[in-house]
Amino acid sequence: MSGVRLLVGTRKGAFVLTSDGKRKDWEVEGPHFAGWEVYHLKGSPADPETVYAAPSSGWFGQLVQRSEDGGKTWTAVGNDLRYEGETGPHLWYDGTPRPWKFTRVWHVEPSLDDPRALYAGVEDAALFRSDDGGETWAELPGLRGHATAPSWQPGAGGLCLHTIIAGPDDPSRIFVAISAAGVFRSDDAGQTWRPANHGLQSEGVIPDPDADVGHCVHRIALHPSAPDVLFMQKHWDVMRSDDGGRSWHDIGDNLPSDFGFCIDVHAHEPETVYIVPIKSDSEHYPPEGKLRVYRSRTGGHEWEPLTNGLPQKDCYVNVYRDAMSVDSLEPCGVYFGTTGGQVYASADAGDSWSAPVRDLPAVLSVEAQTLT
Amino acid sequence: MTQAPGPLYRDPSPPTATGPAGVRVRLPAQLRVLAGVDGEVLVRPADPVTQRAVLDALEGRYPVLKGTVRDRVTAKRRPFIRFFVGEEDLSNQAPDERLPPAVAAGVEPFVVVGAMAGG
Repeated sequence: MSGVRLLVGTRKGAFVLTSDGKRKDWEVEGPHFAGWEVYHLKGSPADPETVYAAPSSGWFGQLVQRSEDGGKTWTAVGNDLRYEGETGPHLWYDGTPRPWKFTRVWHVEPSLDDPRALYAGVEDAALFRSDDGGETWAELPGLRGHATAPSWQPGAGGLCLHTIIAGPDDPSRIFVAISAAGVFRSDDAGQTWRPANHGLQSEGVIPDPDADVGHCVHRIALHPSAPDVLFMQKHWDVMRSDDGGRSWHDIGDNLPSDFGFCIDVHAHEPETVYIVPIKSDSEHYPPEGKLRVYRSRTGGHEWEPLTNGLPQKDCYVNVYRDAMSVDSLEPCGVYFGTTGGQVYASADAGDSWSAPVRDLPAVLSVEAQTLT
Repeated sequence: MTQAPGPLYRDPSPPTATGPAGVRVRLPAQLRVLAGVDGEVLVRPADPVTQRAVLDALEGRYPVLKGTVRDRVTAKRRPFIRFFVGEEDLSNQAPDERLPPAVAAGVEPFVVVGAMAGG
């Protein structure tokens, strides 16, 4: 029997929500890692019972935990994420150089075909890989060693590597996104990298319209059937690339705001895209106090608000970059979590919404697993 | 709360060897959960009994705690971690300085505390 498991990371622990294929009734389990900030957890596409989590704490540092039973029980695995070689400087907020310093894991990305292999994206920005289920980690230092790295500067949340996408047709092609450096692409399994930011505009922040790096990319997403088509929610601007990140163009035409954090693609319709507009970089809540998911069925440019079941007044929550996900059932399920602790679920591709749970700690991430 | 004895580390008597039961270490709740222990843990550090020796022994017995109390690379105490013996804050004591004899003798626990900060 099919079903869905939602892996929810919050400011004070992780929760696992499960439902059958109807996605109407949900069971909530947790908190796991109570008191720890769980920026992200994600299951292996190759073995959904294998789930990785990255709890961290200002007091006790970084952990990596692995579950072999779909998030019921957990084992602490390796947390020795050590930069390789010299930790040269990047730019601090005030423009002065500052040495790379590990702060936390923002994102874990299990391999598409090997349950023991996964990537971790960290702050200060770097990419790590484990091939033994998280027991040991090695940095892929070519990224941090890129010639532009000394000019990278943190976004408001830190110099974080928050998005990792391995090519669904070619695992040696990897996209990563870093706030506020931008998108980087590797075609040799992470050994060498090149910026993939042409066409991004960051007026008021970067005077040079052709700047290779320095863009505050909040999230990128792609559909497995169209590996050269990327969608991006940038600090401001919703963007699209049709050539694997070589160039980008704006697709945010009729949105109430093109600021936001999350973006995702329908599981069965590569041109159907979801975002949650946020008012501005200083006002991190929905425009007009109305929580609206916007859906484009045309790959951008034309967007429709989805409001059925979502609060349409007095709503001032945020939806973070890793806090939206889709399942692959029919119809496609769409999920997102808020800083107010609500998790919203739609079992009809966004037409209507309900909240399986409303009072969690602030939600940092939501990952949907489709169980068959 | 029981009033702790005075500043034991100023005891002029020479340090004693580790007590028969070992050195008692009291961990904050998050680390007890992580290590899978209840209450205090007992470790047998190398002599002399210093902060470094106790933490080496602690991490040796519970490898999952590596990186949670002190930095893996620099071995420096994490910023929001404090070390107490009785009422004395030994957080800034040099890691190779001898701990109070009462710790070495297993009379007083070496207490690891998450500093009060944040929410």
